[in-house]
Amino acid sequence: MEHVVIIGNGISGVTVARHIRKNSDKKITIVSAETDYFFSRTALMYIYMGHMKFEHTQPYENSFWKKNRIELKKGFVETVETESKTLRFAGGDTLQYDKLVIATGSKPNKFGWPGQDLDGAQGLYSKQDLDSIERNAPDNKTCKRAVIVGGGLIGIELAEMLNSRSIPVTFLVREDSFWNGVLPKGESAMINRHIKNHHIDLRLSTNLKEIKSDENGKVKSIVITETGEEIECNVVGLTAGVAPNIDFIKTSNIETNRGVLVNRQLETNIPDVYAIGDCAEQRDGGIGQRRPIEAVWYTGRMMGEVLAQTICGNPLEYKPGHWFNSAKFLDIEYQTYGWVFADRGRPEYEEHFHWIHEDDTKCITVAYHKDTKQFLGINTFGIRMRHETFDRWLTEKRDVDYVIKNLPEANFDPEFYKHFEKDILASYNKQLQTV
Amino acid sequence: MSNKIDHSMSLASPDALNITTKQKIALAFGLIGLFILVLALFNVDFPNRAVFLTLSLGLVIGGTIVYSREAYLTKLEGIKNDGVWFKSLTSRGVLGWSLGIVLTVFYIVLYFFPALLGLGTNGEANTGLIALFDPLSNLLSGNNASQWFVYGTLYTVAILAFGYKFMLKYRHNRYQQLRTGSVMFFQTAFAFVIPELMARLNSDDFSLPYNDLKNMWPLNYYAFDQWRVDQFINAQTVGLFFLILGVVMVFVISPYLTYKYGKRWYCSWVCGCGGLAETAGDSFRQLSNKGVKAWKFERWMINSVLVFSIVTTVAVISTYLGYDSEKYWFTKNAFLISIGVFLTLLLAGILYYKRKELNKSAFRGAIGYYILTIAFLVFYSFFDLSQIKIDASYFSFGLNQNTYSFDSGLRSFYGFGIGSIFSGVIGTGFYPILGNRAWCRMGCPMATIMGIQQRLFSKFRITTNGGQCISCGNCSNSCEMGIDVRAYAQKGENIVRSSCVGCGVCSAVCPRGVLKLENDSMDGRINPTEVLLGNDVDLMDLLNKN
Ligand SMILES: Cc1cc2nc3c(=O)[nH]c(=O)nc-3n(C[C@H](O)[C@H](O)[C@H](O)COP(=O)(O)OP(=O)(O)OC[C@H]3O[C@@H](n4cnc5c(N)ncnc54)[C@H](O)[C@@H]3O)c2cc1C
Ligand code: SF4
Ligand code: SF4
Repeated sequence: MEHVVIIGNGISGVTVARHIRKNSDKKITIVSAETDYFFSRTALMYIYMGHMKFEHTQPYENSFWKKNRIELKKGFVETVETESKTLRFAGGDTLQYDKLVIATGSKPNKFGWPGQDLDGAQGLYSKQDLDSIERNAPDNKTCKRAVIVGGGLIGIELAEMLNSRSIPVTFLVREDSFWNGVLPKGESAMINRHIKNHHIDLRLSTNLKEIKSDENGKVKSIVITETGEEIECNVVGLTAGVAPNIDFIKTSNIETNRGVLVNRQLETNIPDVYAIGDCAEQRDGGIGQRRPIEAVWYTGRMMGEVLAQTICGNPLEYKPGHWFNSAKFLDIEYQTYGWVFADRGRPEYEEHFHWIHEDDTKCITVAYHKDTKQFLGINTFGIRMRHETFDRWLTEKRDVDYVIKNLPEANFDPEFYKHFEKDILASYNKQLQTV
Repeated sequence: MSNKIDHSMSLASPDALNITTKQKIALAFGLIGLFILVLALFNVDFPNRAVFLTLSLGLVIGGTIVYSREAYLTKLEGIKNDGVWFKSLTSRGVLGWSLGIVLTVFYIVLYFFPALLGLGTNGEANTGLIALFDPLSNLLSGNNASQWFVYGTLYTVAILAFGYKFMLKYRHNRYQQLRTGSVMFFQTAFAFVIPELMARLNSDDFSLPYNDLKNMWPLNYYAFDQWRVDQFINAQTVGLFFLILGVVMVFVISPYLTYKYGKRWYCSWVCGCGGLAETAGDSFRQLSNKGVKAWKFERWMINSVLVFSIVTTVAVISTYLGYDSEKYWFTKNAFLISIGVFLTLLLAGILYYKRKELNKSAFRGAIGYYILTIAFLVFYSFFDLSQIKIDASYFSFGLNQNTYSFDSGLRSFYGFGIGSIFSGVIGTGFYPILGNRAWCRMGCPMATIMGIQQRLFSKFRITTNGGQCISCGNCSNSCEMGIDVRAYAQKGENIVRSSCVGCGVCSAVCPRGVLKLENDSMDGRINPTEVLLGNDVDLMDLLNKN
């Protein structure tokens, strides 16, 4: 029986395993050094905030794996020997495979800041990171202030976490507005204000110079590059993005760049070795407007779904449909469908219509082609919208007029919520008249 | 473990110090209000009962209001679940268990030892706690209070005070606000004030039974007991109207509303049990067990209770029809046959038209329960149940020495086992242990009937938003009915479950806007998918077709 070994029990690894099981009788082993069972990384924050316990973040019951004959092995893979198809573990033991899937995810970026490895300076990615933040910042007496470095999706989650325990937070963001490499101006500005409303000390255009240590090797303070200001703190959250977690592969024959290089079929340069999820990098520089490395939950899942077909003898390319994603900034939910670019990297043909509600917690941005008026994508904040509707409109290449007029069809807010489509339409008509 | 467990006596957040001074004062006022009730319970005789009762209830309500305003209005609108799994009260800690025990004892005393609460028997005046409520009872119905009046008042106070708290907690969510307003209204008006006022109409030659209009059979298991039916019939037009309304509610109004909106129209918008669960019980919703084993137990349990309730009601009705049929225009056998035919047609219809939606175990279960029920009907038709005597001491370890006829024995056992122990003692007393809907999930026969309909014949579903789910688990955690909502959402599958009471909290807490409660066409309502939206169209077509 063919033995498929998967390194990584995250969403990518688990999805490929589940789908291989659905389609075949192959022997399947999932290896991970992090936790015994698959858990949802995206829910780490809710454990610290007390909304859930760790076991609630596990999407499958513990009996699921045995029932589906998926073997689980806890251990850290130190080297991959592709000639002999052998994995070597940190403990010294080995495992043979016939097919290997690398799904090892990401690790937090550290840019060589002085003091970045001190006790109290940490990223937020793994279960171990969660345990350490619980140790370092159990309450606002042990942790009198925390500084977060890097204004992205994980940074804002960490800020919300610490806020929930009344720990004062200083949030250092390199850009001059929150996440404005991705969000257009109006949206990013609204989120800036929302962060401040939560009494988080948001410092824009601010970089970390160094982290200072006390006599016990613990974080004592940080220094800001621009002003030289020193801020006392007990925890420093390093959330300036993530990078593929593939150091252990560098010694093997498997070709890597920032991630493990794969073709459209998610194959590496070595036969029978595949890579999916956060750690995979598309060889030809990304599919369509997608980035070569897509570090989001659902792309990992989709790659897993596709690769399972290939491994089960039905070779398929990874051809993701229209881009979508979602996040939450403190109390404001965000969803995106299609492409809406920030100022940086925006194609010259892309034009925006922006609407913001006077309560400053809801807004949308619709991107369209300035000549053809084709609808390109939408960002929505504080209003839930229907994935299926936008996916269809994007496929049908609807124009922006159609989309704005039919917006009620796409509404996904709970029943009895106030609707804003009329406001939006009115504002759209007005803006078009003035240009 | 990273889970910080806090054993302080705090009601608010990981540390008692984190509640504000204002909240501490509010808490103190609320506790003083409760303390007055405790004093009354121990027979402290208050000089002016009306004043002290008002003071007590006022302090409890006022304390809760001030406390909640401080808790929620000082923060921005949003999901407020911080620390629910840290607090001792809401995570089965010492406080949770203590509260569970206090409530359980209260229910046991209420149901079985009302004299301890001060109920005056044989025409004696009330004392203690019940006497404290006499002034209010006199004001409403003109009679002195009973233990049920005390209970009804406290129940209503709890729904109102905690309903207010819940509305503040979800002040960004109109669905939550409206349905909470609705249960507050139905409890106060239909369950509390109107029946008490109607009692005023009763005189020597006219009397209506205590009638909470919204409390339908089979949740109201005594709806068709002989004494009630007699009273209705004797009350002529008005009485008949209510009797017929009761039947129409069960067979017409409820099925229609359940078809249009799902069982939530009742469970989360009208029902008193649901009302208490959603307001006072809200803090315990995360405690319901989401495991597959619990689900299996639930299906077995709740369907058995339904069968139990049907055979009990039929036994009771057929017995009095048996010796008194002229009065009721119906003979015993005509009644039994029509029930049998009705159930047979219903089952045949379901098995035929919905055969594709029923899996093997549902199929087998339905047949099994059907045969059991019919066996009872046949048994009833051959025997005069009132002549079969049962010595209760065999079934109660000698505690109950009475001898019952079969029908009243069944009826008493149902009332005791299901009505008192299950829905009261376990259902509410165990809120802090089993979660706030243990009764609704495991026991309520009304929920079973509406649930079967919701699963098979209703426009209601929870729609899943394409591929947006990140499997975080907030939805499952918040589901008071123990539904593993995530298991559906992460597959892109709509949630069509008989037990869902449509509280909408899963949708509210989802951080990615994945869930929406909707009424829409029945076609494609149940949509198992292999691959989620967003993937390559060819792959989706290929796999979702198989
Ligand atoms: C706090 C946080 C919030 C997030 N929120 C969102 C969100 O809202 N939406 C979204 O789309 N995405 C979100 N993400 C990103 C998303 O979680 C990731 O894209 C996704 O988890 C990647 O899955 P994966 O299976 O590729 O890798 P991972 O989940 O990282 O799994 C890889 C596993 O492999 C193990 N491993 C690595 N190397 C070895 C080795 N040598 N030997 C043994 N085991 C090894 C790791 O320990 C890990 O358990 C979030 C991420 C974080 C950290
Ligand atoms: S599934 Fe959602 S709406 Fe239904 S009972 Fe559970 S939490 Fe409430
Ligand atoms: S539906 Fe929402 S709350 Fe439930 S697991 Fe998915 S993202 Fe989380």
